[in-house]
Amino acid sequence: MNSHEHMFRAALLDPAQAVPEGLTDGAGAPTTKRFDVYRNNVTVALIEALRTAFPVLRKLLGDANFDQLAPHFARAHPPASPLMMHYGVDMPEFLAGFTPLKHIGYLPDVARLELAIRQAYHAADAIPLSATDLAETEPDALMAACLSFAPAVQIVPSPWPLFDIWRYNMQEGAEKPRNVAQSVLITRPEFDPVPHPLTPAQATWISAIKAGTPLLGAQDAALAQDPKFDLSPLLTLLLQQEALTTLTTPKD
Amino acid sequence: MLDATRTPPRLPAAPGVGYKAQHFSDLRNAPGPVKWLEIHAENYMGDGGRPHAQLRALRGDFAISVHGVGLSIGGTGPLDPEHLARLKHLIDWLEPASFSEHLAWSTHGAEFLDDLLPLPYTDATLTCVADHIDEVQETLGRQMLLENPSSYLAFAQSTWSETDFLTELVRRTGCGLLLDVNNVFISATNLGYTPTGYLDAYPTAAVGEIHVGGHDEDRDEHGAPLLIDSHGAATADPVWDLLDYTLAQTGPAPVLVEWDNDVPDWATLRSEAERAEHALTSVLAN
Repeated sequence: MNSHEHMFRAALLDPAQAVPEGLTDGAGAPTTKRFDVYRNNVTVALIEALRTAFPVLRKLLGDANFDQLAPHFARAHPPASPLMMHYGVDMPEFLAGFTPLKHIGYLPDVARLELAIRQAYHAADAIPLSATDLAETEPDALMAACLSFAPAVQIVPSPWPLFDIWRYNMQEGAEKPRNVAQSVLITRPEFDPVPHPLTPAQATWISAIKAGTPLLGAQDAALAQDPKFDLSPLLTLLLQQEALTTLTTPKD
Repeated sequence: MLDATRTPPRLPAAPGVGYKAQHFSDLRNAPGPVKWLEIHAENYMGDGGRPHAQLRALRGDFAISVHGVGLSIGGTGPLDPEHLARLKHLIDWLEPASFSEHLAWSTHGAEFLDDLLPLPYTDATLTCVADHIDEVQETLGRQMLLENPSSYLAFAQSTWSETDFLTELVRRTGCGLLLDVNNVFISATNLGYTPTGYLDAYPTAAVGEIHVGGHDEDRDEHGAPLLIDSHGAATADPVWDLLDYTLAQTGPAPVLVEWDNDVPDWATLRSEAERAEHALTSVLAN
């Protein structure tokens, strides 16, 4: 009963496949070009969705290369749901395994960053924690407390200068990427996601807090990585960026 | 069959436009004749952020029509229960004036093909589509509108005309119809029948909303005209004529200007809405 769907699917994303049988123009004559409208629609829609999802990848590869890559990806990974806002989650693994681009090691992390930015854009809203909420907590209680992040907050670990690569391609006049490892924090103060570079110790602190470690334990973990780790600029940033939502002290 | 007493208020018999985020401020400051907005359901199925905030701000000033593009109602497989649940969640919090979907399929197994794909019109597909509409209307607790497709080809196996197929779906399910006159013009040109002949056979009493929009012109391998439903240009003159012909039968109805690709500035889109308003005023005068 659903044979027309099988035949359409096989031929839609693969121009080498024969056009399904039993398709005609209005006068009953067989037609190839009319089926090609659907082939073109699907391919163009998926390429356009990938262009929207991965602007930095597109800049890094160049439009022509990106448009060549996109149909390869679309054939291997057609969307798994009608929520096109999530299309492309397989891109990092695809890039890691795509032989012609394997030598550009940072591409999968760039794709991960772009996916995280999109996820942050569509994440649930939350009421942020204020500096007053923190100031009202006794220092000892604070160090024993746990913090929660807003749903939009993401962290993308990377051994590459990931933030610099992002900024160099997205901001006019930004300096060239330096040779440092940068994990990236994404916040969403109101509606627009903002990436921030993190030192390895800052990334360790955030990952520990995200995993439910109290502030004291997170502090120890960060100091073990970098004896000069200073929490205050990071905490100020997180408060300004409305990245924190709740403070849970042990007595809660 | 839907219990019609649970049907919410309809869209106003006035011009509407497909909502684009870049027109947010213009719509609030200078809406012109625009009284309602249509959104694509799937773009608002995230958890929050700007898309939801804009909708919450706009729903006070405009009636909202939710237009799905991903339910695959014309598919032979079962409806995706997760997607139907997401749709119900959106409809429940937004409480739109209307929900519509397409006589088309887009999902095959676990894959979403991101286009409105055609189906043959047979007894078997009729039963399947009717069951899907029943399931949607029961889940959402409201009537849905079903839109006629833009066709580029025909299936040799079809045994029903499109207008008879739609008439029978309305009879079986109690659904309403979204009449896209641009699609009628495209399909009629591509398949070699007259658009007015289609409209004369179409169950106009079930129309709850009308679409107009732009198309591109091409030719097939035999040199015959092949119109493509691009939603990327102004509505063509013969489609406006067809709108007049339609409104003469339906009376005033909600008319949406669809412009989804190469979206123009607000002044251009608003002038298209003004043209729709003129058509609506003219039908009242006659």
